[in-house]
Amino acid sequence: MLNAIIAAEAAGGAVAASGWFLENAWLVWLFPAVSFLAILLFGKRLPRGGSEIGIAAVGASLVFGLLTAIQWISEVEGAGGDSAEGEYALGKGALAAAADGEASGGVSALTRSITWLTNGAEAIGAGIMIDGLAVMMIFVVTLVSLLVHVYSTDYVAGDRRYTHFFAFLSLFTASMLFFVTASTTLQMLVGWELVGVCSFALIGHWWEEKPNSDAALKAFLTNRVGDMGLIIGVSILFFGAGTFDVIGVNEAALNGSMSHTVTLAGALCLTAAVISKSGQFFLHTWLPDAMAGPTPVSALIHAATMVVAGVFMVARLYGVFFEGYTIGGASINLLALIGGITTLVGATLAFVQNDIKRVLAYSTVSQLGYMVLALGVGAWTAALFHLFTHAFFKACLFLGSGSVSHAVHSFDMKKDMGGLRQAMPHTYRTFMIAAVALAGLPILSGFWSKDEILAGTGGWGLFGGTDANGAYTAMLAMGMITAALTGAYMTRVVYLTFFGEYRGHGTPHESGPRITVPLWILAGLATVAGFINFPAGFQLVPKSWEEKFFHWVEPIGVSYFPAIKHATPSWSLAIVSVVVALAGIGAAYRYYFVRVKAVSPTATELPDGLTARSSLARLGHRILVNKYYLDWLYTTVIVGFVKGPLARAAYWTNQHVIDRVVNEAGTRSVQAGNIVYHKVDQLVVDGIVNSTGKISDSSGEELRRMQTGKVQQYAAIMFIAATILAGIFIIVI
Amino acid sequence: MLLNEMLLLGAVLFCIGVYGVLARRNGVLVLMSIELILNAVNINLIAFGAFHHTVIGQIFALFVITVAAAEVGIGLAIVLLLYRNRRSIDLEQVDLMKG
Amino acid sequence: MIAEHVAFGIIAAVMVASALRVVTARDIVHAALYLVIVLAGVAALFLLVGAEFTGITQVLIYIGAVIVLFLFGIMLTRSDFDQDGETDHKRKLPAILTALLLLAVMIGALVDRFGDDRLDPTPQTTAQVSDELFSQYIVPFEAVSVLLLAALIGAIVIARREQGG
Repeated sequence: MLNAIIAAEAAGGAVAASGWFLENAWLVWLFPAVSFLAILLFGKRLPRGGSEIGIAAVGASLVFGLLTAIQWISEVEGAGGDSAEGEYALGKGALAAAADGEASGGVSALTRSITWLTNGAEAIGAGIMIDGLAVMMIFVVTLVSLLVHVYSTDYVAGDRRYTHFFAFLSLFTASMLFFVTASTTLQMLVGWELVGVCSFALIGHWWEEKPNSDAALKAFLTNRVGDMGLIIGVSILFFGAGTFDVIGVNEAALNGSMSHTVTLAGALCLTAAVISKSGQFFLHTWLPDAMAGPTPVSALIHAATMVVAGVFMVARLYGVFFEGYTIGGASINLLALIGGITTLVGATLAFVQNDIKRVLAYSTVSQLGYMVLALGVGAWTAALFHLFTHAFFKACLFLGSGSVSHAVHSFDMKKDMGGLRQAMPHTYRTFMIAAVALAGLPILSGFWSKDEILAGTGGWGLFGGTDANGAYTAMLAMGMITAALTGAYMTRVVYLTFFGEYRGHGTPHESGPRITVPLWILAGLATVAGFINFPAGFQLVPKSWEEKFFHWVEPIGVSYFPAIKHATPSWSLAIVSVVVALAGIGAAYRYYFVRVKAVSPTATELPDGLTARSSLARLGHRILVNKYYLDWLYTTVIVGFVKGPLARAAYWTNQHVIDRVVNEAGTRSVQAGNIVYHKVDQLVVDGIVNSTGKISDSSGEELRRMQTGKVQQYAAIMFIAATILAGIFIIVI
Repeated sequence: MLLNEMLLLGAVLFCIGVYGVLARRNGVLVLMSIELILNAVNINLIAFGAFHHTVIGQIFALFVITVAAAEVGIGLAIVLLLYRNRRSIDLEQVDLMKG
Repeated sequence: MIAEHVAFGIIAAVMVASALRVVTARDIVHAALYLVIVLAGVAALFLLVGAEFTGITQVLIYIGAVIVLFLFGIMLTRSDFDQDGETDHKRKLPAILTALLLLAVMIGALVDRFGDDRLDPTPQTTAQVSDELFSQYIVPFEAVSVLLLAALIGAIVIARREQGG
């Protein structure tokens, strides 16, 4: 009790959380980290190839994570999380608030750190920062990871690198948990890079096939672009705030001790990192290619956890982003715009894919766009809530697609699927539940989270409810269009996969229990996960059940989090968004379930469809099939330009311009020397002229040799240039 | 004793080293000249360390010595490879990067 | 005080003369031996200003190891230099000019800035150095050790004879 009060004073009115599980949350990443080493060392000798170690470790982490979450929730509830309503529960919160004389009542994060390393006078700490956000992420990561582990024991059974697969799953889980519990930006950087490495290794799991290793390389290299942004951003924030501490950086951004320019520069660099890691427009192209990895990996890394690292990072350093982009009271900013464009681009591209995993990948891009959009408009809780629900239904969809491909040995919906409804009832039902959740129909989880994001944009007073952070009307429009598109492309996927008649070979069978049980668990969560954050004011449930997620996760009344407003969703908005989603589903239903089916049960599109009739639609289709020509732009135009014309131009310049200039300079110098020699020699002092000519000659000679490839001449030029620069500095200073 | 006595000695050694790097044709001799340069730097570090009464000068000089050892190892390996491939370590003849 | 000056003067003179011989000697082995003198002079200077640990390290590493490495390098690469006896470029002027220009700039800057700052060295014990090195500078220390390892492996990889080559 005493500790809590002392900490509360330090944290400025908020109660610091405490508790054994919270204080020792670092164990949560230690289990899988140890498991990684153990699997590498002993995995091959164990009867189940090391998978049992991985499952045990991740299971332990999950149990630990749950206990941490329970402890955290009891702290928050105990501290009177309903402070907004002015209700103070008895206990620490009331005491602390009374002691401090402030009506904040929030619970600030528990941080523990050790000195990681000392360089000169700068001590760099490392530790854990546990709050609602971290606890929520621990739960999502460990749960999905455990289910994916179980699923994988069947899915990759008999694989040639079975043990390595599980080793990397463990390492990934450990890295991701390390990342979400990090208390310094430097640690986040380490975790960020580690998950990138695991992603690379797992995408290229079957690296013997060229497309797989290409996809792994593409993912890695595209992510390097953003990683540079992260490194630079972290450095900028360090020099701006003087610390790597997440709390310190946020506080510096919020209380103005870091200038707005620095904050903006830091936010911009970090945005680059978000764009690459979370697959935002225009660096999203690696994510669909990353589907070359095994499907459980896609579910875990490229849907539920790693790709949301960018979203998590923005949420963690929200003070920087909120201040840097001046999110409050505005109507547009870079983050919201990128999110909005991404959500549209991803949803449209999902239409033209024939590979079921690629549809889901573009859908992930689109949903990540939603989250970034939400963060951009100030709807912090909505973004995290969407992250939470999306993890379940998207993992379920990916694992479902894996189950389907397990049966038909292909990912091609048009060639090898169709009519799997009867053959695979469990997969079908779970896939349907998750698809409806993704489409955002009530009462499944996607509806609640999406609706909250749309409300958070605060566009069009009619729909937006009240108390949004700004008036982001354009973002609301983008979100609405995406809602319709999402319903439509999911209807297409469902029809092509499960309805009509089977177009593949052999007789598909339902997968075993190790695949279907995780599917049902995820489908169950996709159904109920939305209930933990009933919006306030709908009067569907008792008041004490409303907005639980918000109370548990969002830090309120603490010095390191901006005072954001919380939009109240309105019935009208909810109804409009459902109608829009139903319209998208209805259009696609009419096209596939009625008209295409009427042509033939095995048809996948109308012979005289829109693209056959309208040239505009054909053009649109071609643009979409070519993914907006972005890859073409990167490889052909940019790389090609650097490789081809630019290199040639440089070579030509080198050969013709520089060489000629050098040669000319040489010969002219010699000529000048000669002229001087002949004309002046007769008249003035012999020696001076002579040496002038010689120096011109030799300097001309040296200039001509500039391009000879000889090390020492380059060294000479370097030394001379350095000397001249040093001389200039000395004179100037 | 003046600080400048040490610093000027360092400067002279540095310039002699630079001359050696630029004027010698033998790869091994160039490496030796680089050692002269690094030692000149070390003299400066030690001199400033003594001037400010701190051991940090020594620390950095130790780092320079370590890096110099690594540099000699790699440099001689390269020269050796050069010799093995071309039967000569004449830097005049090494112009594969000729533009 | 006078003794210190005299000692410094003698050491400095020997060092400069030897350094000049290092970069002008025709015989590579002679150059290496002159280099020993320069390096020993540097070590003596270090001792003179109280940096005992670095001075001893200088002797151990440079004279003990680096020079031996150089002599190995010289032995392994004996070549036709001995026949034509030419170890320098024909055109030395640019090198001389560069060096002199550099020297002029440095002398100008040093005299201008540190004109008559006095150096009164106090002995710095090895204990002080180790305290500092293993507390404040432990990370660079570890980094350098990794660098040495990498250089070791790199040197082996580069110099290793290819199979059948």
